[in-house]
Amino acid sequence: MGAKATLARVLRARFTPLIVLAALMVLVPMLAPSSFHLRVAALVWIFALAALGLTVLMGYAGQVSLGHAGFVGIGAYAVAIGPARLGLDPLLCLLLGAVLAGVIAYGVGRPILKLKGYYLAIATLGFGVIVALVLHSEAEITGGPDGMAVSRLSLFGWRVSGALNWYWVTSGALLIGALLALNIAASPTGRALRALHDSEVAAAGTGIDVGAKKLAAFVAAAVYGAVAGGLLAAMNGLITPEAASFSHSIELVAMVIIGGLGSVFGTVVGAAFLVVLPQMLTALQEYEQAVLGLLIMVFMIFLPQGIVPSIRAYILERLP
Amino acid sequence: MSLLEVRDMGISFGGLKAVDGVSFSVEAGQVFSIIGPNGAGKTTLFNLVTGIYRPSRGKVTLAGEDMTGLAPHLLVRRGMARTFQNLQIFFRMTAMENVMVGCNLSERTSFLADLLGLPSVGRQNQVTRDKAIALLERVGLAPLAHAPAGGLPYGALKRLEIARALGAGPKILLLDEPAAGCNAVETEAIDHLIADIAKAGVGVVLIEHDMKLVMKISDRVLVLAHGRPLAEGLPRVVRENPQVIAAYLGDHGSREADRAHG
Ligand SMILES: Nc1ncnc2c1ncn2[C@@H]1O[C@H](COP(=O)(O)OP(=O)(O)OP(=O)(O)O)[C@@H](O)[C@H]1O
Ligand SMILES: [Mg+2]
Repeated sequence: MGAKATLARVLRARFTPLIVLAALMVLVPMLAPSSFHLRVAALVWIFALAALGLTVLMGYAGQVSLGHAGFVGIGAYAVAIGPARLGLDPLLCLLLGAVLAGVIAYGVGRPILKLKGYYLAIATLGFGVIVALVLHSEAEITGGPDGMAVSRLSLFGWRVSGALNWYWVTSGALLIGALLALNIAASPTGRALRALHDSEVAAAGTGIDVGAKKLAAFVAAAVYGAVAGGLLAAMNGLITPEAASFSHSIELVAMVIIGGLGSVFGTVVGAAFLVVLPQMLTALQEYEQAVLGLLIMVFMIFLPQGIVPSIRAYILERLP
Repeated sequence: MSLLEVRDMGISFGGLKAVDGVSFSVEAGQVFSIIGPNGAGKTTLFNLVTGIYRPSRGKVTLAGEDMTGLAPHLLVRRGMARTFQNLQIFFRMTAMENVMVGCNLSERTSFLADLLGLPSVGRQNQVTRDKAIALLERVGLAPLAHAPAGGLPYGALKRLEIARALGAGPKILLLDEPAAGCNAVETEAIDHLIADIAKAGVGVVLIEHDMKLVMKISDRVLVLAHGRPLAEGLPRVVRENPQVIAAYLGDHGSREADRAHG
């Protein structure tokens, strides 16, 4: 009883995911110091950051988006285009990209968030397709399908380069993103989002402005996506419209669902699953995609709540 | 001037006049009941008054202020809260979180403060939690505060909805069949609760099929049939009204009559 209560408290404590995540971030470079491993880990953190936007939008508020990669693309190309075509500072462009994504989300979200379920899914899908299309076709500005080179990011005079440095920068960004997402969950805003997830009628019946709350979640999700996109572009030094593609949107949705919808730590686990597994499966060559698909199915069948919530529930049940 | 005044409300769905020319007024501290056979238009009338449907005619005023056609979340802010006939619970939240959501109008943190997790958010959460616990105690659900709402029995959920609605600090509370599906003990508890709410000065509008409950706690009763008002007045007078008896013994009403006597 005592042990169970303690563990239950630890598992439910607000900052447990953050502490575990920070510990992991310190451990990875000790266990896997090669620059290849660090690069993969940094990619996990970036994708997790993008997917955290969906954790707020889909996990908390229950609003589906199949166009989230559109915002990743906006953030990525802001960091690519701003310095190359306008001579702006890359860090400033990272912020501008986030603001731009937020403003676009505000404009797009107002009409489409009136839609529900499948209809919202299709409308967001349409948005993502349009962003990808523009990035493809405006070749003079975006470089078209071949993409464009991205200049180095410098943080207050420090030029970020090398796998380890990028590892720490992306770690920091994800920690901040995770902290903010956990803060929202434990606040009046978080309660309002979870409430409208369960019943919009009842949420409105308690005085919640359902439309405004959904819009806030949508804008927040867009900003997460754009910051992640900007980091992705700057780290890789190259960006293509692939970043905004439909398949990328689907991948982000898969991350939050596999990891555990609404779970911040689950989002990181889901991102790790979909970034690391393909790397491990490359040895299988042409079977890689098939095995990956199979693994996703197996995980969803046996851990239908997602990896993290399912394991947590399992542990809590098994304790004496 | 009454607390709540509803004048000549009407709405049609296709050709069906679901509510047709209904007027009533409710005073602070009063229990005003609306009864009528299934499909009489009671819930539709609630949906018109609380802004879920836009009335094709009629007017709603609350404390003299015109509320007609206002969105539900704005109506709550002006003091009108309700519960739902088909439960509308936040099933994935605990009982306490449900009531905490009900208290959101008194919460004073901004989105930015929530995002940054400022100390003011923690203090606000504590204030809201205390309020929610007090409300759960009031409806007798305090022992179940931390239970997931999805696992609570039906009677508890009915009371949970009332606690959540009270969180908005309403001047007027509309209850759509709060005792439906409740056993005798639970009905008794709801009966006391409603009387207690009215005694605190809240105007209560009650839709209820349990005639014993209605006759016992109502100050006034309005009878609807086919969307139209059939009779209105003191419970005892309405009960004796021959038109009301006929409506309740008609093909729609025999079940109601059974319930009234059983
Ligand atoms: N949105 C709607 N669209 C079409 N018809 C509706 C709608 N809402 C209600 N109705 C119809 O209006 C009539 C009144 O329904 P309402 O739910 O108000 O009855 P009620 O008095 O609450 O009945 P009950 O005692 O069964 O709850 C019914 O015939 C119903 O089918
Ligand atoms: Mg009804």
